[in-house]
Amino acid sequence: MLILTCPYCGIQADETELAPGGEAHLKRAGPDASDAEFEAYMFERRNPYGVHFERWRHAAGCGKWFIAARATDTLEVFATYKAQCTAPPADVIRAIRARRPDWEGWK
Amino acid sequence: MKRYNALAILREGLRLHRGWPRAWASPEPKSEYDVVIVGAGGHGLATAYYLGRNHGITNVAVLEKGWLGGGNTGRNTTIIRSNYLQDPSAAIYEKARALYETMSRDLNLNVMFSPRGVMMLAQTEHEKRGYLRTAEANALQGVETEFISPARVKELVPMINIEGPRYPVLGALWQARGGTARHDAVAWGYARACSDMGMHIIQQCEVIGIEHRGGRVSAVNTTRGRIGCGKLALIVAGHSGRLAEMAGFRLPIESVALQAMVSEPIKPMLDVVVMANTVHGYISQSDKGELVIGGGADGYNNYTQRGSFHHIEETVRALCETFPAIGRLRMMRQWGGIVDMTGDRSPILSKTPLPGCYVNCGWGTGGFKAIPGSGWAMAELVANDAPGPLAAPFSLSRFREGRFIDESVAAGVAH
Ligand SMILES: Cc1cc2nc3c(=O)[nH]c(=O)nc-3n(C[C@H](O)[C@H](O)[C@H](O)COP(=O)(O)OP(=O)(O)OC[C@H]3O[C@@H](n4cnc5c(N)ncnc54)[C@H](O)[C@@H]3O)c2cc1C
Ligand SMILES: [Zn+2]
Repeated sequence: MLILTCPYCGIQADETELAPGGEAHLKRAGPDASDAEFEAYMFERRNPYGVHFERWRHAAGCGKWFIAARATDTLEVFATYKAQCTAPPADVIRAIRARRPDWEGWK
Repeated sequence: MKRYNALAILREGLRLHRGWPRAWASPEPKSEYDVVIVGAGGHGLATAYYLGRNHGITNVAVLEKGWLGGGNTGRNTTIIRSNYLQDPSAAIYEKARALYETMSRDLNLNVMFSPRGVMMLAQTEHEKRGYLRTAEANALQGVETEFISPARVKELVPMINIEGPRYPVLGALWQARGGTARHDAVAWGYARACSDMGMHIIQQCEVIGIEHRGGRVSAVNTTRGRIGCGKLALIVAGHSGRLAEMAGFRLPIESVALQAMVSEPIKPMLDVVVMANTVHGYISQSDKGELVIGGGADGYNNYTQRGSFHHIEETVRALCETFPAIGRLRMMRQWGGIVDMTGDRSPILSKTPLPGCYVNCGWGTGGFKAIPGSGWAMAELVANDAPGPLAAPFSLSRFREGRFIDESVAAGVAH
């Protein structure tokens, strides 16, 4: 069972308390965007084998959205952080690097 | 290739079964093929088969990183039905269901297709209205289904509790010609037929890179060396995102775990397939007597072929309410597969941004039933570099154009 620490209330919540919300840090395509850009924003997903950033909601707890850095090939959790971050914070990147030295990096 | 028939079995029985040849060859890869197919699951093998049978293209290799049928094809609960709502889905799934009827004869291998009937329970008013609508749509599409009463449900499945406290049975969508088949045999049958046509089925051969030259796909790099190709078809289910990345494009696909389990074997008590989509559980009984049970998919990306424990619990809990008699059964085995989910829960059979490279994926939780129809349509697409009527609606461009085939065919419930 996946266990994630909610960065707002600090609770170690197991999966049954949480609701998954898909790939994190997607940037909404603006009004001037091309069809291709809008399609990419709406549908195309990274779906990586390895390090992944993903939105979660502490649904049966404080109700807030946060982001988890996880490995999809091992189910290891590297870190969680607040949804207000527009990119993974430096300490999260460091935590991932410590476990995955050959990770190609954020974006 | 030796045909399988009663006389052959008798003769081999007398010779202690020493005369059976290998069902398919295991050749060394050549340096180049007209068509390379990545993935020896049902869809990859069926595509190869119809490339040969319908289009006369036999210089074909099917590359598989593990063993034949070891992906979702060998992990699914084998439910076959074609009672979909949208016309493009009904067309391709009904084509597949019809081909299942004659598959054992076509491939000379008993795939144990058992059209025992598939029943989808309506357990809320909303679901009932939905199925009534599907039954009408199916009548227009020429797919034989009917909406049946609770009394008829009870007659077909005596052990069911139609007066469940939370979700009473209000009727069901019934497809009498739906059923199940032996999943491994489907893969083996196609592999044998492809090998007979001179195609190469190469196991333990993982594709790790895709090359292009002059704007066209030219080769794949594999753990067994570089293999040139005129055309390339990526048919790797949950791994589609990885292969697309190698080819340089992204897909509207996310890979998640879906689980199933079987109970200890018991005497025959259920001779149809029952699906309860409101409560996320479905059940059938295998020839060995085990109850084959599946439920909902996980909601997050995962490549480990292990799913969440609470989903198993939810599935079993839901089924115990509808089938109280199974409450004391023990579960024997449980496993997971990685399924490829699209935004509209319909598959993709399409050309890609890389000329000469095609994808067949997105079957998600429900693609076993589609194998022969998908292979038929995909072979047409690859052979002609243009989709036929079955594949055309399932192109990648539908996402850009907002032309979804909104089936929710795989909306968290497997089938
Ligand atoms: C638990 C479960 C229950 C299901 N129940 C049903 C059901 O009842 N009815 C139904 O219709 N459908 C069901 N499905 C869905 C069905 O199993 C799939 O849609 C279908 O089997 C997909 O077939 P495929 O050939 O596309 O993929 P797969 O059978 O997964 O084949 C893909 C192959 O590609 C190979 N591969 C991947 N990457 C590479 C690489 N880099 N190089 C070489 N080879 C590679 C894999 O090893 C694999 O063998 C279920 C699925 C699961 C997991
Ligand atoms: Zn919280």
